[in-house]
Amino acid sequence: MTATLENSTAGAPSAAGEIPSFDVTIKVRRYLPESSHGDEAYWDEYKLTMYGTDRVLDALHKIKWENDGSLTFRRSCAHGICGSDAMRINGRNRLACKTLLKDLNPNKPITIEPIKGLPVIKDLVVDMEPFFASYREIMPFLITSGNQPSRERIQSAEQRERFDDTTKCILCAACTSSCPVFWTDGQYFGPAAIVNAHRFIFDSRDEGATQRLEVLNDKEGVWRCRTTFNCTEACPRGIEVTKAIQEVKQAMIRRAI
Amino acid sequence: MSTSTIANPRDPYARKRLSRTNTELWAWLFMRVSGVILVVLIFGHLFVNLMVGDGVKAIDFAFVGGKWSSPFWQVWDLLMLWLAMIHGTNGVRTVINDYAEKHATRVVLKSLLTLGFVITVVLGTLVIFTFDSCPPGSPAELLPSFCTAA
Repeated sequence: MTATLENSTAGAPSAAGEIPSFDVTIKVRRYLPESSHGDEAYWDEYKLTMYGTDRVLDALHKIKWENDGSLTFRRSCAHGICGSDAMRINGRNRLACKTLLKDLNPNKPITIEPIKGLPVIKDLVVDMEPFFASYREIMPFLITSGNQPSRERIQSAEQRERFDDTTKCILCAACTSSCPVFWTDGQYFGPAAIVNAHRFIFDSRDEGATQRLEVLNDKEGVWRCRTTFNCTEACPRGIEVTKAIQEVKQAMIRRAI
Repeated sequence: MSTSTIANPRDPYARKRLSRTNTELWAWLFMRVSGVILVVLIFGHLFVNLMVGDGVKAIDFAFVGGKWSSPFWQVWDLLMLWLAMIHGTNGVRTVINDYAEKHATRVVLKSLLTLGFVITVVLGTLVIFTFDSCPPGSPAELLPSFCTAA
């Protein structure tokens, strides 16, 4: 097997395994209140040579480590699981660690901004507190009554399937900060909180559905959703967010009628 | 030197909570239901007024007067007026909620909206119920055929 492969690439030994490189301009929206720019946000441009396998996060690392150490952004795992590096890349909310530069048309400058609707602290770092406050309000934990069972809480495969989609959420805030209703005054609970409520409301083991539905029946709750599908489009985990919100609305109407 | 108060950094984020009623639920449901009914009412209205018989050329005082002498069209138009006005007003209320950023702006816009709603609905209802198809002293050729000449 190996020998065959080597033979087939023998014609161009230098090209084998070589990754194409290209020049790319990264435009980052900066906010540094202590700098000479004061409270005004401004754009910084960086010209980099990157490779076809590089992600936006790699470009940001290159800038921070080699060009400008003052650039600030969040990232932890760098593999699309922790949900720290959601940002607005070319006008769309994405995870910097899941977006390949070559998929973004490197011929044009790539713009990177902090996610919208949350107060910016520095550069690409926003205050996530309003986002997590909404998340806490829907009580994202198992609520049951009676004695603890002496064994596992059994659930059928179908019962698990019912809320499988919404268990994928990594709380990156890409959905909530892509929502035009959330941008207005930040009072709306936001898609992420509703998705995480959905995860428990439709869990057969959970008994707190009524309480959660009551919380989301607030005038800032699910009824502010305008089904613009921005959240579904933004979700890096592919959760059908708008569908989940509609299912919560449906559950509320069933309860009221 | 004056001391300035600094907000406690550990203060939880507070949502302005006003209501926990089903108002928004019913408003949302009303939009769906009234929307479906309005499609029937409005297209029925357009068809009867513009397509049936002589079509648009038939519309004059006599045509409207004739229609409103029948309780069926009175109820039809009344339903259309009320449903369309509530549906539209609720829609604009939603737009105000979504786009007005300051509380004061919202209050002003919603007051104007309510005022417009009340004037239109009250006047419209009044006209539908008090409309006189045969005003006395009018030339007979302008009136519906069932009016006996005064």
